[in-house]
Amino acid sequence: MFFPISHSDINPFYLAVVGFLIGILVGFFGVGGSFIAGPALRLMGVDWNYAVGTDLAHIVGKSIVAARQHRTLGNVDLKLGMIMALGTIAGAEGGAQLIQVLKRAGNVNTVVSWVAIVVYMSISVFMLWESQKTLRLQKGRSHKTAESKQDHSAFGPVTKKIQRMKIWPMISLPTSGIEKISLWTILLVALIGGFFSGFLGGGAGYIRMPSMVYVLGIPTHLAVGTDLFEIVISASYGTFTHAIKGNVDILIALVMHTGAVIGAQIGAVATQYFAGPKIRLAFVPLPLIGVAIVVYTLLTGHKF
Amino acid sequence: MKKHSAKSLRVFAIELAIYAAFVTAYFFLVLHALGNWLYRLEMQHRVLYAVVAILLIAGQAVVLDAVATRLFRFLRRVWR
Repeated sequence: MFFPISHSDINPFYLAVVGFLIGILVGFFGVGGSFIAGPALRLMGVDWNYAVGTDLAHIVGKSIVAARQHRTLGNVDLKLGMIMALGTIAGAEGGAQLIQVLKRAGNVNTVVSWVAIVVYMSISVFMLWESQKTLRLQKGRSHKTAESKQDHSAFGPVTKKIQRMKIWPMISLPTSGIEKISLWTILLVALIGGFFSGFLGGGAGYIRMPSMVYVLGIPTHLAVGTDLFEIVISASYGTFTHAIKGNVDILIALVMHTGAVIGAQIGAVATQYFAGPKIRLAFVPLPLIGVAIVVYTLLTGHKF
Repeated sequence: MKKHSAKSLRVFAIELAIYAAFVTAYFFLVLHALGNWLYRLEMQHRVLYAVVAILLIAGQAVVLDAVATRLFRFLRRVWR
């Protein structure tokens, strides 16, 4: 099928299957799966600027469905989500502007590819280290049954220090079990996530979800649901700003999304059967798949 | 428990097959027809295109989710 907006020829069933797989990731990990979606579009010869903008549009649809599922399961902190949306929107605009600069300079594909490789690999390595350390700590503990599904993190002491930083205004997040935290810490986490969302595409849940758990100290299940809720708002803005800049092929997004609907349903239900560190450990190989695809497209001239 | 999982899996497989048939028809009847109109809109009215893009993806999300959920419920009821 020919997609005239991005001038690309892609099998719609390939897009639907990619959407389905990403839908599972969305529901289960709370991340948009852009570390797979972006590279998967590149694999079909779509330029990075279109891959980024189109993935953002695709994510709006996926996140609406998955966030609704998580809200029903009680996994969304609305107050935190609304605050984070503000920071993310500002960051997303910064990322989108940088894409424009690179597009004009003619090296958007190379630069975004390298940044993607570095970011995705760093996330995998960090999450592998953290989740294994946490699981080892849990094994060493004597308490068993009742605590087995509770959320622990090896990053706990650092999180506590961050929460104790008193930079006015301080706010409380009762749903997430946080008594006091600086508003600026939340906005900074959201701003960084938003920047990567605008620059690498998707909702940047791969940055924001770990940041919410390790930096803000939000329990993993709530971080997953809240991240999705926030992505609905920020990805809508990202789609709008990228569409104005001519970086969105909405037809590709619509086709991909048809597969994501079913995938998201499976993923959201699956979160109920796993504890936090195990969800994080299962997340580790996913960004590496994205890295492998990006390296492949760089080596072979960007086309499968 | 095992029996319950096998039943859910079977219902899900049927749901997937019916859903795939719906979606294939949707590709060719709706998305294909929209292609040229969206292309012209993207070339001539970027702001309007941006708004339409968000509305389309959000609308599709709500409708397809409702279709998938109802289909799943219906099949589970029939299978019981």
